[in-house]
Amino acid sequence: MTTMPPENGEIVRLEDVWLHFDGVPVLEAIYLSIQQHDFLGIIGPNGGGKSTLLKVILGLLEPTRGEVTVFGHTPEQGRRYVGYVPQFSLFDRDFPISVWDVVLMGRMGHSKRFSRYSDEDKRCAENALETVEMLKFRNTRIGTLSGGQQQRVFIARALVTEPRLLLLDEPMTSVDSPMQTELYELFESLRAHMAIVMVSHDISAISIYVDTVACLNRKLYYHGTKELLTEDLEAAYQCPVELIAHGVPHRVLKEHE
Amino acid sequence: MLALLQYEFMRNALLAALLASIACGIIGVYVVVKRIVFISGGIAHAAFGGIGLGYLLGIEPLLGVVPFSIGAALSMGIVGRRTRIPEDTAIGILWAIGMALGVVFIGLTPGYAPDLFGYLFGSILAVPASDLVLMLIMNAAIIVTVITLYREFQAISFDEEYATAMGLPTERLYLLLLCLIALTVVLLIRVVGVILVIALLTIPAALSKRFTHRLSTMMALSVLLCALFTTGGLWLSYILDLASGATIVLFSGCAFLITTVLFQHQ
Repeated sequence: MTTMPPENGEIVRLEDVWLHFDGVPVLEAIYLSIQQHDFLGIIGPNGGGKSTLLKVILGLLEPTRGEVTVFGHTPEQGRRYVGYVPQFSLFDRDFPISVWDVVLMGRMGHSKRFSRYSDEDKRCAENALETVEMLKFRNTRIGTLSGGQQQRVFIARALVTEPRLLLLDEPMTSVDSPMQTELYELFESLRAHMAIVMVSHDISAISIYVDTVACLNRKLYYHGTKELLTEDLEAAYQCPVELIAHGVPHRVLKEHE
Repeated sequence: MLALLQYEFMRNALLAALLASIACGIIGVYVVVKRIVFISGGIAHAAFGGIGLGYLLGIEPLLGVVPFSIGAALSMGIVGRRTRIPEDTAIGILWAIGMALGVVFIGLTPGYAPDLFGYLFGSILAVPASDLVLMLIMNAAIIVTVITLYREFQAISFDEEYATAMGLPTERLYLLLLCLIALTVVLLIRVVGVILVIALLTIPAALSKRFTHRLSTMMALSVLLCALFTTGGLWLSYILDLASGATIVLFSGCAFLITTVLFQHQ
């Protein structure tokens, strides 16, 4: 049994983390520190290692080298305080399962093994669905919902363990624009209770709501601020980048021949 | 049909069909929703090696199939997960090796060659009472395991990576599921034979998926459909004087095609 993590201070620490797939480096010398109530956006090109970084924090992937601490423990022990919303494309829309069962599934790591779900599990699932405003869809098959609604259910599945850190992998994929704003407002309201790390390949999606932005393309370009340095972006994207006025969505434009 | 029941072989055939339907309906649901049809087909074909082994050792062939098919299932799962060989490659290789071993084992068995046709395509009219006991025991093992691990199997079927992130031993659960498929294959060998097994593992489950979005309801429905197909196919094979295993499979296949067409027009 792990002890409860402290209320304040650092919750995740990565020190000189390297990860290789088949000898090819995917992450190089990553240093990262996440504090309570942070809202960190990680941007970078596709294949830049963003999902991989989240999986290292979750303990799903073992770094080749370096140290990862999650709530003062190893990632495997620390992840009971972590909620995770994986990349959207990974799920089979045809799967026969109701919204309620998907959300309850999030309790499995916490409830007793080889038994039925307890009343507490059900209460937590109800609260989580209430938070994302999806309780009325509890008996609906998840595949029949819209992209944005499905994403809310997956967020509820992550919230059902009452996590202290929420990891979001490209949460806006297949969510239409009005729904995106609503989701950002949801994350904003969740911040009172947890830190949030959000990964995206889309800079404009991330810039308004987050506190700090990091760029990841094998290496992490990170200054603990929201200001994006043009040099960092260009180093991460390896192409000329144009930043248009602060406070409005930034754009990455590829230079034309 | 009732008149047929005065024959012991017919009563045994019906009991075998119903017993096989229980396991087949339940495990077929996992095969279909987890999309592991190919590995299930591989396990079924490789199981033929176990029949050969049974003959070679001079034991009841179905007893040879149990360890052999479980071994094949575990090898396919472990090679596919832990080595650099892609899982479908591993399945393809072990599929053929299992069948080849069966042929070689039977060739090495002294005396004249047994009738292999029944094991390949089913011989439900020749089920001995001892097989029924074996089928009953295997059914019990499958049902108890699925009831105990219902949530866990649901989690690894829906989203295995998320299940890992929640700390479930997903690889061990997956291998256990493959072993249950292997047991189900053994149950089905008498009914439709190793080559046609895959039809009964997929058709009833795929059909029931259209009517429900609960895994447990889907299992119940799939067991009923499987029982309907096996007994109905058996009856048809009797009145049309056709091979029972093939008739059962064709009957299920027709039902599937007709429902597919009907649902397309709705």
